[in-house]
Amino acid sequence: MSEPKRLTREDVAHVADLARLALSEEELDLFTGQLAQVLDHAADVASLDLAGVKPTAHAMAVTNVVRADEPRPCVDRDEVLAQAPSVEGHRFRVPRILGEAP
Amino acid sequence: MSSPRPSMALANTIRSGGRSALDVLEEHLAVIEANEGEIHAFNLVTADMARDQAIAVDRQVAAGEDPGLLAGVPVALKDNLCTRGVPTTCSSRILDGWEPPYDATVVTRLRNAGAVIVGKTNMDEFAMGSSTETSAFGPTRNPHDTTRVPGGSSGGSAAAVAAGFAPLALGSDTGGSIRQPAALCGVVGMKPTYGTVSRYGLIAFASSLDQIGPFATTVADAALLFDVIGGHDPLDSTSLNRPTPRVLSVLDDGVNGLTVGVLTEFLDGADPDVVARTHQAAEALAAAGARVEEVSVPEVALGLSAYYLIAPGEASSNLARYDGVRYGLRVEAPDTATMNTATRSAGFGAEVKRRIMLGTYVLSAGYMDAYYNQALRVRTKIIEGFTTAYERCDVLLGPTAPTTAFPLGAKTGDPLTMYLSDVCTIPTNLAGHPAVSVPFGTGDDGLPIGIQLLGPNLSEGTILKVAAVVEAAAPAPSLPYLVKGARP
Repeated sequence: MSEPKRLTREDVAHVADLARLALSEEELDLFTGQLAQVLDHAADVASLDLAGVKPTAHAMAVTNVVRADEPRPCVDRDEVLAQAPSVEGHRFRVPRILGEAP
Repeated sequence: MSSPRPSMALANTIRSGGRSALDVLEEHLAVIEANEGEIHAFNLVTADMARDQAIAVDRQVAAGEDPGLLAGVPVALKDNLCTRGVPTTCSSRILDGWEPPYDATVVTRLRNAGAVIVGKTNMDEFAMGSSTETSAFGPTRNPHDTTRVPGGSSGGSAAAVAAGFAPLALGSDTGGSIRQPAALCGVVGMKPTYGTVSRYGLIAFASSLDQIGPFATTVADAALLFDVIGGHDPLDSTSLNRPTPRVLSVLDDGVNGLTVGVLTEFLDGADPDVVARTHQAAEALAAAGARVEEVSVPEVALGLSAYYLIAPGEASSNLARYDGVRYGLRVEAPDTATMNTATRSAGFGAEVKRRIMLGTYVLSAGYMDAYYNQALRVRTKIIEGFTTAYERCDVLLGPTAPTTAFPLGAKTGDPLTMYLSDVCTIPTNLAGHPAVSVPFGTGDDGLPIGIQLLGPNLSEGTILKVAAVVEAAAPAPSLPYLVKGARP
């Protein structure tokens, strides 16, 4: 397998945006160097020829775990809502979500 | 020789009315009061709640009821374990003010066994770190030398047990976060088989790797705590629905007829004093009747790289839930997307941001196959390598960490160097296997060294009985300065 290209400052800015993190210019520089170093170390993995090896996502995979479909008590709604930064009428309240002015 | 059982003895004294749980608790709170300022093992000491619990235990005893296996025994909890109505922070600003609406299953099981919860311990933020220095609330200090780290990420739990703040503690181990701090603080710590301990109420870091496990001063006490917290839980869909190994009953069986493999890859890169102690532990096992041979599992050398692709990938997904909407911190902004970004940028520390970005990157289009999927294939190779070794050996032996406790600040500027502290513990997590760290003398610097016993899935009974023999043969331990009464 061919090795991927080296991580750039633009890559870091892009993933920070995807992950909803705002970085300062200094953080961008610092993180680019540090993350590139980690990915360089991972080149030993990225460069291996492992075609035909099955990936393992879970070492002790258990599948189709479902409980009986019976009503039962759950976590108290008011107790959950009491932890939220903002609530209105039994719902979580957030600022506007659409692009236009409110 | 039997592994000492101080916690069990303490519980039995309380169960028989020989001593009150409240008296035992007050004694531990006094040790915390006197030394916590210097160690900073806790994010929160739950003294009032603990007193209520201890009084309830004493009432049960007075009424002729049995409070349980851990009656009145103080236990410290890593602060990523949910405690209903008690702040649970993951040592992160982003969970500021949050009080979980439910108890983790392990907390429920501890309460049902009569344990008294003394506090929530400091940790690396979201368990991302190897020194407890990424905590938003400042580092924990090693009770053996307060200029050194306690290891991490469960450094607060390890330090709490080493300092005598609690005889038992729980931590979580994603890449070594129980075993490495146990080694650096001179206590016993075990990562059980994936799925043997319920993770309901454990705040997720990397879900295919995270596992809760015990800290104790002796192998038998760790076994006791594992017996209390283990077992199937319908609230955790990854919980194994099969009998959990009962470990206490086999602890004294010895190592006659067992084959122990000294894992040569774990000796590569370890300090000479750590290597010497590892060989000494192997010789002790041979003298006790085990067959000892050197074993190579070349695949484990790839563990670190694979881990730092898989764990951040899973973390980037798990930590997407911290968005300022439902709990914890919110930094107000005119629209939700800006609020999400402002909240996450203010709430997460640098190491968490690094791992989220690394994980987002290795899962993104164009890189996922080269990095993440490739790491999952390496994971298969590591499991195959271990499987081959376990055809010859019952357990594998190596150091837990390549060095003793390093100075505070020594590795904080260089993430990759910090990550290398976990090189001996990570392969176990990738394989899902159990492993235990047991103290075995000191290094040239007088600080504790931990020996690690690894085994295949559900071999807790085997690795613990081998650990008990290592424990019995251990050279004189380092004593925490709190015990010595003098600072280094």
